[in-house]
Amino acid sequence: MMVAPENYVALSAVLFFVGVVGVIVRRNPLIMLMSIELLFNAANLALVTYARAWANNAGHIFAFLVITVAAAEAAIGLAIVAVTFRRMPHVDVDDVAALKG
Amino acid sequence: MIAFWILALVMIASAVFTVSAQKPVYSVVGLLVNFVALAMLYLSLQAEFLAVMQIVVYSGAILILFVFVIALLSSGVRPFDIGPDKMAKATLPIAVILALATLGGIVATALRTPVAVKPIEGAPGDPDVFGSVANFGSTLFYQNLLPFEVTAFILMVAVIGVVLIAGDEGGPLGPRRPKRRSIEREPIVKRTLRQAQGDLPVGHGDRR
Repeated sequence: MMVAPENYVALSAVLFFVGVVGVIVRRNPLIMLMSIELLFNAANLALVTYARAWANNAGHIFAFLVITVAAAEAAIGLAIVAVTFRRMPHVDVDDVAALKG
Repeated sequence: MIAFWILALVMIASAVFTVSAQKPVYSVVGLLVNFVALAMLYLSLQAEFLAVMQIVVYSGAILILFVFVIALLSSGVRPFDIGPDKMAKATLPIAVILALATLGGIVATALRTPVAVKPIEGAPGDPDVFGSVANFGSTLFYQNLLPFEVTAFILMVAVIGVVLIAGDEGGPLGPRRPKRRSIEREPIVKRTLRQAQGDLPVGHGDRR
């Protein structure tokens, strides 16, 4: 690795930053889910970077498990989105207030 | 060296595009570029198997799932996403402050202790050398078998949950759509006969 690991971690932090802004600002559930995928990927990049820096496979295993859990999360989240927003005029998470006290 | 900076620029630009895109379809395209660039970064970090998994699982499965759901939700009469988000203007400063705090925390922690990169001995691709697929597989199946099996359980629970939530009858959420009325079901021969006899104006009851 010719580039120092700090650069990779800084890139991962910037991607995490963009993803957090997306989750907080956007009201479209699909784009919020995609921002969550960005967060997963930023974390994975940091894991793989440290795995390479220490020449230890554990980070790879962890990133692999994160990918699997992300797939399950995307499937369930998209199912909920598809069921919930089929009857709504707009796709906006603020309109889902049926459980509000 | 140059490849890293190009890929970093591409990744940041596509991430910003993903978050700020007006329609979810554009977000999917931005995310696709992001994932492919990340796979290349994995290759530069000697994570060969993860690079392939990134392409196959993320770009091949998860993004296609997003595209399917977007197509499903936008198949109605109304356009899918009208105008910008309502709360975008109000929450943007708070969100940026919060996220900047996160960014500062991560960068400060990560950069305070610089990490020396361990050199890799041996030819790349050897089963015992770090980064090869065989090495990844042996680590996964010899030392981390239980987490791997738990992963299988998680996927099974996810599949059952998806079928329960979005299955044919809608599961605990009740039927998804009202039953189609049976008035459309009149046999076409009978209807044509009635139209010929003048009981029914032509075009009545026809499917649009």
